Amino acid sequence: MSGPAAEFDAVIVGSGPGGSTAADILTAAGWSVCIFEKGRNHLIDPADPSRLTEEYSNDEIKYMLRWFLGPDPLLEPRTFRRHEGEGDRIHTGEVNNLPSTVGGGGVHADGKVPRFREDDFRMLTTFGPVQDASVADWPLTYADLEPFYAEAERSVGVAGDSAANPFAAWRSGPYPMPPGAPMYGALLTAAAAEQHGLHPYAAPTAANSVPYDGRPACNNCGFCAFYGCPIHAKGDPVAMLRRALLSGRAELRAETFVSEILVRNGRATGVAYLDADGRRATVTAGQVILAAGAMESPRLLLLSGFEHPLIGRNLMFHFQTYVMGKLAERVHPHKGRSVTHVHDDHLVPDAESRAAAKAAGLPWFRGGMVEHAGPAHPILEAKLAPWGELHKWIMRESHMREHLWGFCMQGEDLPQPTNRVDLDPTVRDMRGFPVARVTYYPHRHERVASEYYAAKLEAVLRTAGAEWVAATTSPYPDSTDTVGYLSPIATSRHVVGTLRMGADPATSVCDPWGRLHDVPNVVVADSSPFPTGSGYGPTLTLIALAIRNIRALCGTTPPAPEAGS
Amino acid sequence: MPVFFTDDEYRVIEAACARMIPADADPGAVEAGVADYIDGFLGAFRFDPPRIWAGGGFSGRFGGTPTFAAFHRLNHWDELAWRTRIEGSLGLPEREWNGPVTGLQERYRAGLAELGDDFADLDGAEQDRRLKGAEGFTPLLYEHVCEGMYGAPEYGGNRDLAGWRYIDFAGDVQPRGYSDEEVSRP
Repeated sequence: MSGPAAEFDAVIVGSGPGGSTAADILTAAGWSVCIFEKGRNHLIDPADPSRLTEEYSNDEIKYMLRWFLGPDPLLEPRTFRRHEGEGDRIHTGEVNNLPSTVGGGGVHADGKVPRFREDDFRMLTTFGPVQDASVADWPLTYADLEPFYAEAERSVGVAGDSAANPFAAWRSGPYPMPPGAPMYGALLTAAAAEQHGLHPYAAPTAANSVPYDGRPACNNCGFCAFYGCPIHAKGDPVAMLRRALLSGRAELRAETFVSEILVRNGRATGVAYLDADGRRATVTAGQVILAAGAMESPRLLLLSGFEHPLIGRNLMFHFQTYVMGKLAERVHPHKGRSVTHVHDDHLVPDAESRAAAKAAGLPWFRGGMVEHAGPAHPILEAKLAPWGELHKWIMRESHMREHLWGFCMQGEDLPQPTNRVDLDPTVRDMRGFPVARVTYYPHRHERVASEYYAAKLEAVLRTAGAEWVAATTSPYPDSTDTVGYLSPIATSRHVVGTLRMGADPATSVCDPWGRLHDVPNVVVADSSPFPTGSGYGPTLTLIALAIRNIRALCGTTPPAPEAGS
Repeated sequence: MPVFFTDDEYRVIEAACARMIPADADPGAVEAGVADYIDGFLGAFRFDPPRIWAGGGFSGRFGGTPTFAAFHRLNHWDELAWRTRIEGSLGLPEREWNGPVTGLQERYRAGLAELGDDFADLDGAEQDRRLKGAEGFTPLLYEHVCEGMYGAPEYGGNRDLAGWRYIDFAGDVQPRGYSDEEVSRP
């Protein structure tokens, strides 16, 4: 080997919730690991992992306008087209930028971490096929994953009320913490939702409601979704990463880009990478854990020359339905942890929704978890206001912030093989590597479900006292304006499904334990293996799946709950 | 003293700020130092570290050790990105791996030319007419005016918290945060 090569039991590509979880489980089992992260480290001091850094802040410019958490779309653009007929691309730049930073998507998430339901793992069996969609069962059940969900909730620290949601899957125990303070606006819409026969409940949240795991309770600062937490009250993924580094068996290499998984005779032997100074080197390892996210993981396999025809296919987001309205009162959405109430009713088809599906020519449809929320910060609000004499009046009245409240439904997005990530033929990142290209257009299922549930949510919002209501979606499929507010590019950061798992190598890229069929000592530990996307955020499920699959790899069992928390 | 604009350009930017967010009983964009925000952004690399990302975790306005004013150091790639975005690619091969990039500085110089050297001395109605005519520039300027008015004051604008005070927004509240009562009550 040339350069600063080192031997590790495993190399982990990506330091987000999946990679950090893998590092935690493997180091606890005595493995030596090297964690590669292409973004910068603002999260934790590797020289003294007990010390969390103080680089996050309540700063709308830094996070919402200047890509502090990366990736910078000039350095690492992605490209987008709705379908192949549009040519190579219709957009170059920001396409669903989950953070590229130590901690990955866990840093910017506001920490809503619901479990999936039992039927999320059995979509084909429960609901049946849909034309032009590749609906599939998972190769495991909710019962298989339940112990690892429980472990994941203890690991990151989840606040929630295990009795509050009648649609929740069964649980082996309560949440580690009680829910945090409910936001005022959410109390209004939750009461209205109950009048409509819905079942709002306290959102399961990976933000401490009480001191937990040596980190303080959340103090409701309001800079939550899209911001790093200045006091580290958000648990995911700092909890796993800190344990891994404290073990002394994990090395964290930030600003280091893995450009190739090295393979010899059907086995991965390590990775090639570029360090912060652009120097090429390789490192050898017995296992490669791929946890770069559902965009970058397939990109790395394609850059490495992997050839399975399904790599990158069945890309899913959430089809978001926004229903917002103006409430008479000021509901101060900037006070609180972004989302404190959700309801799951629209994930469960009933007789009425089945009739609506039939009328639209679909066998069934599902919506998604509905978040009760409003926009928090003034720069975004001001940009929506006009300049001139009216500007200050509009900002004082604050119809678009202090009075704006409503719903975001994270609608289930059916898998379609034509929705995919591949390598752009000409656009490059700053290191010279082809960037990920997204080809995506939603299935009719998503649009029909969105229209159906939007009408219901509008009625709820009127009951809550809204003077006006308006509904829109992201993506906004028939627009070609890729930089405006109504863009065909999904703003959902819930990206899943590009390395489908299953028992049959002909219809899946990785096996039921996350191992690539073609190179089984590569284990995928992010949201790429998901066969279907659910209407719940993917984070807790990808952590639970990583725990299950990495424990299987190293042969350890979960600790008893008392020992784990 | 502006670090990027000439004094004459700075006067034009201030005059445009006065039309976009005028003073009334409360300060407007001029009084809030929005022109300084824009000048500091376009001239970010006149500072060391460059004024791109303010520090963390606390400003000191609600307790904690004030660190916002200590801007983050940029690594090699960050500097490449922000120099390219602000200065443009200028024909430099290392900035043009995906083709030429027009910098913000160039867009401002073109926009200022469109508004005219005499802009600051015109009456308000004519200033508004020219702003509306500068279709490629005015939306960009307005975005930056909003950032300077309502962003953290460490970036040069929002002087004396003028942008936050008049809309009754506390801004960065860490490490105090909000009490449970403040979150859950009207």
